[in-house]
Amino acid sequence: MEHDEKNCFHCGTPCEGVEITQDDKNFCCTGCKTVYSILAGNGLESYYELENTPGSRPKEINSRYDFLDTPEIAGKFLEFDEGTIHITQLYIPGIHCSSCIWILENLKKLHGGIRESQVDFPKKSIRITFDSQAVSLKEIVVLLASIGYEPNINLQHLESGKSGSDKTLLYKLGIAGFAFGNVMLLSFPEYFEMEEFWLEQYKPFFRWLMFALSLPAVFYAAWDYFVSSCKSIRSGMLNIDVPIALGIAVMFIRSVADIAFGYGSGFFDSLTGLIFFMTIGKYLQQKTYDFLSFERDYKSYFPVAVTRISGSREETVQVNDLKKGDHFLVRNEELIPVDGRLLRGHALIDYSFVTGEADPVVKSAGDKLFAGGRQLSGLLEIEATSSVSKSYLTRLWSDRTFGEKKEDRYKSLTNTVSHYFTPVILLIAILSFAYWFFTGYTDVAFNAFTAVLIIACPCALALAAPFALGNLVRIFGNTKFYLKNASVLERLAHIDTVIFDKTGTITRGNTSAIAYEGNTLDADEERMLKSTLRNSSHPLSRQLYAILDSHGILTPDAFEEHKGEGIEASYTEKHIRIGSARFAGKEEDPDADRHTSVHITTDHGYRGKFTFGNMYREGVSLLFDRLSRQYRLAILSGDNDSEKGKLEKLLPPGVQMLFNRKPQDKLNDVRRYRDAGARVMMIGDGLNDAGALQQSDVGVVIAEDTNAFSPACDAILDASRFRDIPEFITVARKGIRVLKVSFVLSFLYNIAGLSFAVTGRLSPVVAAILMPLSSVTIVVFVTLLTNFISRKLK
Amino acid sequence: MSVIYILITVSIIVAIVFLAAFITAVKSGQYQDSYTPSVRMLFEDEVVRDEKKREKEKEELTTVNKQS
Repeated sequence: MEHDEKNCFHCGTPCEGVEITQDDKNFCCTGCKTVYSILAGNGLESYYELENTPGSRPKEINSRYDFLDTPEIAGKFLEFDEGTIHITQLYIPGIHCSSCIWILENLKKLHGGIRESQVDFPKKSIRITFDSQAVSLKEIVVLLASIGYEPNINLQHLESGKSGSDKTLLYKLGIAGFAFGNVMLLSFPEYFEMEEFWLEQYKPFFRWLMFALSLPAVFYAAWDYFVSSCKSIRSGMLNIDVPIALGIAVMFIRSVADIAFGYGSGFFDSLTGLIFFMTIGKYLQQKTYDFLSFERDYKSYFPVAVTRISGSREETVQVNDLKKGDHFLVRNEELIPVDGRLLRGHALIDYSFVTGEADPVVKSAGDKLFAGGRQLSGLLEIEATSSVSKSYLTRLWSDRTFGEKKEDRYKSLTNTVSHYFTPVILLIAILSFAYWFFTGYTDVAFNAFTAVLIIACPCALALAAPFALGNLVRIFGNTKFYLKNASVLERLAHIDTVIFDKTGTITRGNTSAIAYEGNTLDADEERMLKSTLRNSSHPLSRQLYAILDSHGILTPDAFEEHKGEGIEASYTEKHIRIGSARFAGKEEDPDADRHTSVHITTDHGYRGKFTFGNMYREGVSLLFDRLSRQYRLAILSGDNDSEKGKLEKLLPPGVQMLFNRKPQDKLNDVRRYRDAGARVMMIGDGLNDAGALQQSDVGVVIAEDTNAFSPACDAILDASRFRDIPEFITVARKGIRVLKVSFVLSFLYNIAGLSFAVTGRLSPVVAAILMPLSSVTIVVFVTLLTNFISRKLK
Repeated sequence: MSVIYILITVSIIVAIVFLAAFITAVKSGQYQDSYTPSVRMLFEDEVVRDEKKREKEKEELTTVNKQS
């Protein structure tokens, strides 16, 4: 049990001169100490033995989960409830190591009412079985929060209901594999065509057994192909499933006819093999990242319930039930769910979700507040002026772009190819039928017709894309670029315009470049400054606190925070004021730039100011330089244009910059680009980019922490790979090229097979060799090549 | 030679048993989370040891209490 003396035993944060100890262990805050004492008091110290400093700092709970006291709301989070036994599934973003699994699966030691808890690590969720008489859902949630594993409970979760994951594809895979293996064994004697007496004797038995085994494969495992091809024929678009379904159907009918009339052994081996390989391809394509969600909208961010005040009564209601004119409460750190007017309280609202502006704004009673803002200081009473779905921010989701599924806008390469492939194959089949029919060989005509459809069944073609793109998606995932599905990769390869959001995307979200102007502070003043900032929870104070050097901590004799103005403190004789220019006693400079700044006044008078500028990510100019050679670039910022000059210096010429863009403006800007024929990749980070992300061809979200919420998008890029965007696009392009080459290869196989088929000489053995051979070589080919082209990514 | 009927039947039955085993495995959710069980199987021992340790501590405490 080694741990750095100066770091918190629980969460590993440096303790920075704070003296909180228990059992000779240091803690950074009382919260962490509380978690330790809860765990130690219940004999769960092993938590700290599995991993070093596994914990996370618990947040204040207050009465945030009171809404779970309302049975109707709590009931929606239950997966199962019968008698007193309830089962709930909660999403806990904080799960990150084996200690987490251990402690969460030992919850029953912390509360007797909990019967069982099971963690699903990849999904970061926990399933809890509990006795509702001994413990309530709210108590469990509060317990989890108090040990630093706060579950995420939001509106989207509430509305989506219980989602059972789909296991049918796995069943199909099992059935198809079972049929394939057994049919293969049974058809072996036929391959050698030995004229042995006993084998001749049992031929019918073997053949009908193969028929029986192929039934579940055709009518269960391959059923989706029939359904999908029917749909695609009806919509007039011949997708890849049509020739596959046709091949399967013809193969099955021909085989049944063959064995019924004793012509031969049929193609059951190729048939079941085909279905098995195709199901594997489908399974690979379906694989997604369990721990990421690409479908989130504003509902994920909004609180589930609020406290409504009617008269003197307070009651918990679901956010959706809020009506115009209702009075409700918003607590510290909560989002305002609906547009409203401030009635009471100190409002310090962080609108970064809505506008991208990083700095919080002060509002006073009577001011209008917009949904999506986060309250940063204390309790507010608000009168709703609209309903949730009609609020300023949420109206964005009623735009028509959210009504359509992005995948439907594009035709995948495979389907484009098969659009021409299917008619050609049908034509060849009919021509060879006609040729043999009119030359008088009726039996050869039927043979050739079915053989063409069997051998042309584009197994290799259909497998190329799932394996090539699936492999690339996996490689991208290993390098922290998480794509929603393979279709995104195809779109990524075709983009010609890249649009960036500014705040949080090309700048670092929570850090600023802070510069000091004014008289140099002496050591005493610096100490006072740092100690005073320590006591303030204002975001600017925290940022400033983090960058100042520590010269020892003083405890102020008097400390006062003036909401929206600044803070003041006194140390024995000395006095310091930190805050806005007016608060610090400086004349407001009319033509001061629009940068945020913090001014300081001490007993020596006005000292100077700290200016907060945007801190750009490392390598931004290099990235833009490289991208500008190939793509059109633009920046859409929700902020004012105070950074324009700096950006122009930093970035290559020709980058279009638009400022003061509201969420709807961003959506319209992207739409304008697309209407002009551009294929747009939008890179953003917050809810304010949600419309633009949805409207773009490829919407990418930059995330510092992939556990954190990100709006609906096509791909999530870890911020550490920000500089590698050009490489990812290049690899995607090469991947599409590999796919095209593999298509040519599979056509060659088809031509070779067709030469057997049109002459009516296709024997089951040839089909049984050619089909797996083509599939396996294509799969190996694309897997090796995609690994090769992406070797530089690692 | 009609023993071949029995042999084939047996082999198909064995295959069906495996198929059934696979299906029950899928049904019980074994393929949904393939990571957590690999971590979980390492825990049991520690939990048991921990409880034993606690019991020992309790005993020690009671003996200490008796002595004093």
